[in-house]
Parts: sequence; C-alpha cells; structure tokens
Amino acid sequence: MTTNLIDIQNSDVIMATSNMAENHPVGFQWVMKAKERGAKLIHVDPRFTRTSAAADIHAPLRSGTNIVFFGGMINYAIQNNLFFKDYVVHYTNAAFLIDPAFKTPTDLDGLFTGWDESKKSYDRSSWKYQLDAEGNPKRDNSLKDPQTVFQLLKRHYSRYTLDMVERVCGIPKARFEEISKLFCGNSGPDKTGTITYALNLTQHTNGVENIRALAMLQLLLGNIGRPGGGIVALRGHANVQGATDLELLYHELPGYLPMPLRDAHPDLKTYLEKETPKGGFWTNRPKFMVSLLKAFYGDAATKENEFGYQWLPKRASADAYSHQHMFVDMFHGKLKGFLADGQNPAVGGPNAKLARAAMGKLEWMVVADIFLTETAEFWKAPGTKPSDVKTEVFFLPMAPAAEKDGSLTNTMRLIQWHDAAVKPPGDCTSDADFFCRLAIRLQKLYAGSKKERDKGFLAANFKYGEKAEHPDIVEVLKEVNGVATEEIKDKDGKVVYKKGQPLNTFAHLTDDGKTNSGCWIYTGAIVEDKDGKIVNRTASRKPATKEDYLGHGWGFAWPANRRIIYNRASADLAGRPWSEKKKLIWWDHEAPGNEPDKKGKWVGMDVPDFNPFLDPAAKNGDKPFIMRADLVGAFFGPLNDGPFPEHYEPMESPTKNLLSKRQTNPVAKVWDVAEGKNPLAPVGSPDYPYVITTYRLTEHHLSGVMSRYLPMLAELHHSHFAELSHELAKELGIQNGEKVTVMSPRGKVHVTAMVTNRFKPFKIDGKTVHQIGVPWHWGFNGVPELPGSKGDITNDLSATVGDPNVYIQETKAFLCNVKKGVV
Amino acid sequence: MARTLAMFTDTSLCIGCRACQVACKQWNELGPEVPDWTGSYQNHTHFTDKTFRLVRFFEAPGAAPNGDLAWLLMSDVCKHCADAGCLNACPTGAIYRTEHGTVNINQDVCNGCRYCVSACPFGVVSFNEQTGTATKCTFCNDRIHNGLGPACAKACPTESIQFGFRDDLVVKAQKRVETLKGMGFKEAQLYGADSKGFLGGLNAFFLLLGKPETYGLPVNPKLPQKNIFVDSLLSIGSAVLVGVGALMAFRSRGDGKEG
Repeated sequence: MTTNLIDIQNSDVIMATSNMAENHPVGFQWVMKAKERGAKLIHVDPRFTRTSAAADIHAPLRSGTNIVFFGGMINYAIQNNLFFKDYVVHYTNAAFLIDPAFKTPTDLDGLFTGWDESKKSYDRSSWKYQLDAEGNPKRDNSLKDPQTVFQLLKRHYSRYTLDMVERVCGIPKARFEEISKLFCGNSGPDKTGTITYALNLTQHTNGVENIRALAMLQLLLGNIGRPGGGIVALRGHANVQGATDLELLYHELPGYLPMPLRDAHPDLKTYLEKETPKGGFWTNRPKFMVSLLKAFYGDAATKENEFGYQWLPKRASADAYSHQHMFVDMFHGKLKGFLADGQNPAVGGPNAKLARAAMGKLEWMVVADIFLTETAEFWKAPGTKPSDVKTEVFFLPMAPAAEKDGSLTNTMRLIQWHDAAVKPPGDCTSDADFFCRLAIRLQKLYAGSKKERDKGFLAANFKYGEKAEHPDIVEVLKEVNGVATEEIKDKDGKVVYKKGQPLNTFAHLTDDGKTNSGCWIYTGAIVEDKDGKIVNRTASRKPATKEDYLGHGWGFAWPANRRIIYNRASADLAGRPWSEKKKLIWWDHEAPGNEPDKKGKWVGMDVPDFNPFLDPAAKNGDKPFIMRADLVGAFFGPLNDGPFPEHYEPMESPTKNLLSKRQTNPVAKVWDVAEGKNPLAPVGSPDYPYVITTYRLTEHHLSGVMSRYLPMLAELHHSHFAELSHELAKELGIQNGEKVTVMSPRGKVHVTAMVTNRFKPFKIDGKTVHQIGVPWHWGFNGVPELPGSKGDITNDLSATVGDPNVYIQETKAFLCNVKKGVV
Repeated sequence: MARTLAMFTDTSLCIGCRACQVACKQWNELGPEVPDWTGSYQNHTHFTDKTFRLVRFFEAPGAAPNGDLAWLLMSDVCKHCADAGCLNACPTGAIYRTEHGTVNINQDVCNGCRYCVSACPFGVVSFNEQTGTATKCTFCNDRIHNGLGPACAKACPTESIQFGFRDDLVVKAQKRVETLKGMGFKEAQLYGADSKGFLGGLNAFFLLLGKPETYGLPVNPKLPQKNIFVDSLLSIGSAVLVGVGALMAFRSRGDGKEG
C-alpha cells in the first residue's frame, strides 16, 4: 500500500474494486469520512455488496475482466486528455524510448515480441529501453516519438474502447463513461483519487498484471505519492502485511530480498551481482543481505564463509515451494511430512479436495491451531473413511494474538505492538515458544554433526532473553530491527553504537558484518534514547492531530515511519506542492541544511521518502520513485506475461477472448495433477455455463477458524449459501431458501440459494451470461448447536492454476453449474 | 432529571457490518440462537431475548438517487420512547425511567406478565423463558453509568451509531438531513427525533434514506393502550348489536310458528 488509510479522507474520488465495507469495515470509516466531505465513491464489482450500498455509483463487471476495465480507463484518460502531463513526463518512464524491435499484442494478435511456443515463454531481449552513449535511456519529453513508452501505451490500449469494455466486461457503455469521467476528472494538480483493491484482483491467472494495470492508471493521473491518492492494497487479514514483510513466503527472504535460486545464485557474490540494480535505493541490497545473514547465523557468519550464504536453502525453480506446487508435490508423494501452523488448507486453499487427498499421502502431519480445524481432521471429512488414512496427525493447541506479546503489521505498513492480555490456557503455547523450543531440541539432536550443511542450523540463535523456552519478543523485535554486532565508531573515533545497541535507521546497515538486521525495512522500530533506555516505537499510542493528521506518533510504519511512500511526487520538479490543497512535503529553501553553511531541506507533513537534503535542482533531485533502478514510475514494466497488462480470459470462461486469438494468459501456470484431479472446463462449456466467484463476508474470517467456532459470529449467517439473480433462479425454478447444488469439473457443494436483486445477468458480446457467487468460509466443523455453522467446502470447486509471476490461484473467476436440490 | 441521553442512528453511514449486533451480545452476555432463513444477510428476523440490536437489510430496486438498486441497511434497537408503551403497561413497576431518560426493566421486580411485550409498538420487548422475565436493550445501563457509552456505539466503525445528549444529536441529525438532501437523497428524513411527534419522541431516533415503511417501521406508531376507549365502545356497540340481532331472530322464529 503506497498510502495510509487515514489519508483516504483527503480523496476527491475513491474507486473501490474490492468489497472494502465488508472486509475492511474499520478502514472504511475513512472512505465514509471522505464521502461526508463530498467525495464520490465508485464501486466496481460483479456483485452489489455492502460497499455498493455505500457507493454513489456501482459498475458490475464480469469476473476476470479487470484489465479491460482499467485498460479502457487508461484509454479514456489519454483520448480525453485527462492525464497529468507534467507528472507523467517527469516522474514516469513515459518519455523513454523502447527498442524498435519491440512489438505489442496490437501487432502480434495477443502476444508480445519474443514468444517461443515450444518453451511457452518469452525471449525478453527486445523488452528494453534505447540507451544513449552514457547508458541512460533515450527520451522524448514531447511524448510524440512512436517508440516512446507513452505512444506504445496509447496504441496498446487504443483497442480497449468503450464498446470493448461493454462487450467484454458487460458494463453498459454509458455507465463506464460516467465512471471514467468521474474518476479521471477528479485527478490533477488540485484533486486526487485513490483506488482500493484486495484479492478481487490478485486471485487470477493474471493477478499481478491486474495490479499493474491499476497502478498504471494511478501513474497516468498523477495519483501516487500525493495526499488522497495512492493505491490502497487491502490485506486479507490482520497480519498479512507482517507475514509478507518477514517473508513467510517461498520466493523471498525478509525485507523483499529474493530467495536464492539453486542454479542462478551459486554464491553470495553472484547473488549480489545479479540481484543488485545499478541505480535506486536497492543498490544497498548487499548491506541488507549481509545484515540478514548476520541475524540468522550470528558470529558464525564471517566474510570468509560468505556470511553463511551457503547454509541458506535454495529454490530449485521459480515456482518451487509455492502453495499450489507444494500440494501437487504432496499428492504425488514427494513430501513425507507437513507442518500447518495457523493455516487451514483443507478449506482455504484452491482445489481443496486435492489438498485433502494430498494430506492423505503424507507419513505425518502436525497442525498447530487454535481450534481443531478441518486440516487437523481431514481424515474424517465427509466421504472419507478414517481407517483408510495412514497419515499420522498431531495437533498442537496454540495461542491467538490476545494471549501473546508481539506486533501485527496492518494493511498500511503500520506495526502495532500488543501485550498479552491473558496467559494461554492449558497446554496452549505461542508460535514463538513452540518454534524456539522445537529448534533448540533439534539443535541438541544435531549437536556434534560434522556435516557442512548442518553448521548453519547449529550456529543459528533461537534463544531470546533469559528463558530459552519462553522467548522474549522484545528481543526478537530488536533482532528484526537490527543491532550493532560490535562497537561502531565514526570517522572521528566517537562511538556511534555500542555493541548490541539497536540501530536507528537502515541507512546505518553495513555489508561488512558490523550490523545485523532480520528485516531491514523495520529498522528504527525499536531504538535507544539518549539515556540508553529502549524505546519500542511500535508501542507508542499518540493519536493523529490536526497538525499531524497522519498520526506519526501511533505505532511505527515502515519504512522510517513514513506514511505515504514516494511522497517526493507530491511536489513539482522545483519542489513546490502541485497545489496548496494537495500539499504534503516540499523543499524549504530557508531551512537549515545538513552542513552549517548550507540551506534547504524537504519539510512538511510526512517523513520525506527521499534524501531530505537533496536539492530539487541537483542530480536526481526530481526523481521520486527511489525503489526503481531508473527512479521513475513504470508504465513499461516487464513481468513474465509482458511489459503492459493485456487481457486474457480466465482459464475457465464462458466466452472467447474478444481482444485477440490468445484465449488465456500464454504463460499462466497449469499444474499437471495425477489421477485427473485438476480437470478444466472448455470455453463456453454447456455443462458449466455460469461464471462463479468466491469471496468473504464481514461476519466470517478466512476459512472460518476464527468465526465458525465462535457462536456469536457463527449465528450471523443462517447457513452456507450461494447468491444468484432472480433471472437465473427463474430459469432454474429455484426459490429463495431452497437447497441447490453448485458443481464444477473438480467437485460440488450443497448450499442454500439466496435469490437477490444484487446479482444481475451480464450481456457479454450480446449474449446473456449468468454469474453466481459463493462465500468460502464454510467447512465440516463448527459450533454443534448451530448446524448452519457447518457446510460444504467451496474451494472443492476451484482449480489448481496460477499466475505466472507469483503462482496465486484463480478463485475469483471460473465456471460452474447450478442444479435445484441436492444432487 | 439529568439531560436526556440518546442514540442517533444515521443509516446513511451504516455499512451493515453488524459489529453493533455482536458487541451488544458480547457485553450483555446474550447467547446465540439458531437463526431463521430470512432470505437475506439479516439474522435474526425479530428482536428476541438474546438479540437487542438487530441490523435489518432491505433491497429497494430503483431507490438509489441515480435510480439504481439501493440496499438499505439499518441497525435497529429499543427506542426508549418518551411515551413508552411498555412502561405504561407494566403493573409491577419493574419498568422504570432512569435519570437519563432511558427505559429499563428491573429483572428482580418483573413478574413475567408480558403486558409490556404486547404494549410495545415496535416489537422490541422480548420474553426470556429461562428467567421468566421481560428483557430488552438498556443502552448498556452499566456502561453509561460509568462513562463508557453503549457497546454498540463504541463498536460502530463508521460512527453511524452516535450516543450523546439528545438535544445536541437532534441538531446534528437535522444538519445531516439537509446535507444528504443536497447530495440527492430527496427522501432523507428523521424518524422519532421530534419530541412533539409520535410517542413524545424517541430517545433512539434514526436518519432514514426513505419512507419509514421501506424500513418496516410504523409510519405513525401508537400505543395499544390509546385504543382502549374506542375499542371498548366498539365492543359495547358490537355486544348491543349482537343482542338486538338475537332478539330479532327469536321474534322472527316466533312469528313463523304463529303463521
């Protein structure tokens, strides 16, 4: 998320693409505040939800057509000259010239240059800038050269016309035009708009390109880094941001450092050479990586042994160990054991029937959770004979957040500390207690091993504070923050940090082993004051005020307690706010500089995302996007599927792709699963004629582990249900409240039909297409006295297919059939 | 009496999240109950002895300012009427008015006669079979006497439920109606804010985006007791008519025999 929820109140227009009112009701208060001020709320969603109820205008679009929607709006902004030209020319790569060999799907019928049909991948050699003699991208600030990114972008999206939006998305042309005018017309020097998204955009076989498309729209309108602008990425639960930052992920190490690949990164030197760009803030990557290795391996990490780099596990391939890949491997018998900590893949993951079948092929499984989840009890799922399941399952009762010290990092990068309110009951433990105890016991088993590969694990520290069995979480935070591993002196010999002292900023991290940091972006979260007292900034609770509307005294937001990132873009080239109304940070010529004889500093209402003393007139003083190697926002941004988002139909679709001959994303991942466990319906399948989308409700949480077991929440919905239109219900003779069967090529569920005006059939290229919706919170466990708290598993319907960049599943758009009654 | 405390529920800010409904259950330790199928997200159908706050959902095609579907969301609660039917009907004095103007039921005094249940024009008061007493929302009597405000208002993320002094809230609510009218919500109106209006005004009053009947609310609620005089006259009249009819009938039969 580039911005801060509080800042939404400054928006002139908000385009919610997710169901924010239902899934982020607390954050939604700032949308309502903006509305009270007169801001307009647009809701783009196949369904009419509680967000639509609060919106000024709702646009229903067929699931899986987001790029046509955003592409159409990009086209509208360009054609009607509604984009923010000064911002686009100077703060993005729009003026850069691209290699003449580069061609787009406009020329190549749905493909970019370099497609190799046999390898099913792209040769990206033409996806690059033209460089001048000094190696800088050539540019044309008039944006007229046909090889400028801007002209290529304009041409690419010229196919995304109002008619095309109507035919593909099913949004009537007039409505789309009205929304485009409202959103694009409320952006510019003195107006800003924000866009919110969540899993509605990510869970597709073009999930990353969906986000790119909306980011490009925001760049075009000059809405990044400015008050009331930005991209509001809404996370799926309370600590997803934290889990991502600390990288409980298969492909990255803490702080967004790539997880090394076995073949591409044989040693630290190669890794750092390949992964460190030539420009931008990531040139500091070696400092972050070495400090991370020091946090992992302590004194055992030395310059001589590459700071323990060889002890890190390496990825076998780009998709290896991603969620779906892991379950396919598990089903194929490649995994023996599995530890599910606070996760319920028997319900929550795609193709859940396959996931449960895969668990049955394990030798052992450990489930650590707060309730006996469907994963812990997969062996007694309906239709499963427990005696047939050979997997040995262990269950560990765990403590939820209120029973442990620690922090949650919320959707706006805000780290908030909490103390345990009560002790966990009985044998329940915190995750930290469990993992540290397990690791220390394993270290005892490995003690004395002479094997090189075991040295790292034996060297790793799992003791935080006095008691090994109860780690002190403040000590963990210190390690995450980073400390000096030895005394650090400045050039005059003055001690800057004593050994063990937490670092104030990631600018002080080094690549020589003198500092450690478990996650560089969190540096500054815990510091020492002048008297040597530890100050946990994540625990501070100073509410926002008129003077500090972003509330810098409440918790700690990474990076550097900055609330709006890329905020240099809130000022023009000369460092003046684009308008008085939309000022955030600006260059103050008169402020004291960083040296006694110098003047000038960036000041304002946020921590500058920039060197605070870099004069706008100095080299790169006008380049806000510091995390990019070329320091500008990217319209042209190569991903595995291409440098510009292009529409392809979902893997299962009721219609042919109207934009090109390429029906689906050519590089999407489809796993081959044995025993026919991943069948897909063909285009326009008569057996599965309806589009289905899956989603969540305010009243339930994720796979239901934190709601279906709690009577006061479980009673709020009568039973598992499917929402469908009156039109479809009439066609099928279904009454509201009747039991129906929803089926896909993978499985079926029995649910209650909720017939509603909130679903309407779409007209797609002149034909009626029905879409239904099914929430995915239910499973076969729940509160015994509330039978409706138990229900069939919606994810039994979804498929094992993924996005080509991050391998996320496509659970927001696929095909199904609906039959009256239980069949 | 101290300044009257009130609850103003602005349905234009309600997002139907039901945090109020759950917070109410949690604070007042009301258990769950097997929900009915209501055909929508709403659960339960009515107020019960376990549900004092109830978010109601109404689909209203064409009711949005731009002619689209409106999904009207309303968090409903005991109105703590100035002229409270339940209080008037209570024969034991269990139902009383507090110094803040709220209406409570003293559980130790209630004899379970249920007169109050039928006397409420809004169907708020419910009978608890376990305790044998009538029960309803108290504006979290324990909380408001300790400066906390009701649990529902505290939990509301959008300030759709506001708690405070009634006179202040009415002024605020009137301003809000004007703002909404300016935004195109022509039907925006207050329900129960007028202390000269029905039932002497409601201490839980509402801002609605449509007519009261759209929200299932009575347009001009009356206390059943007010009908006693008319109803009694009607009963007497009916009795007289039946009597006259009977006499006529006997006379006719008599006439027949003679003829």
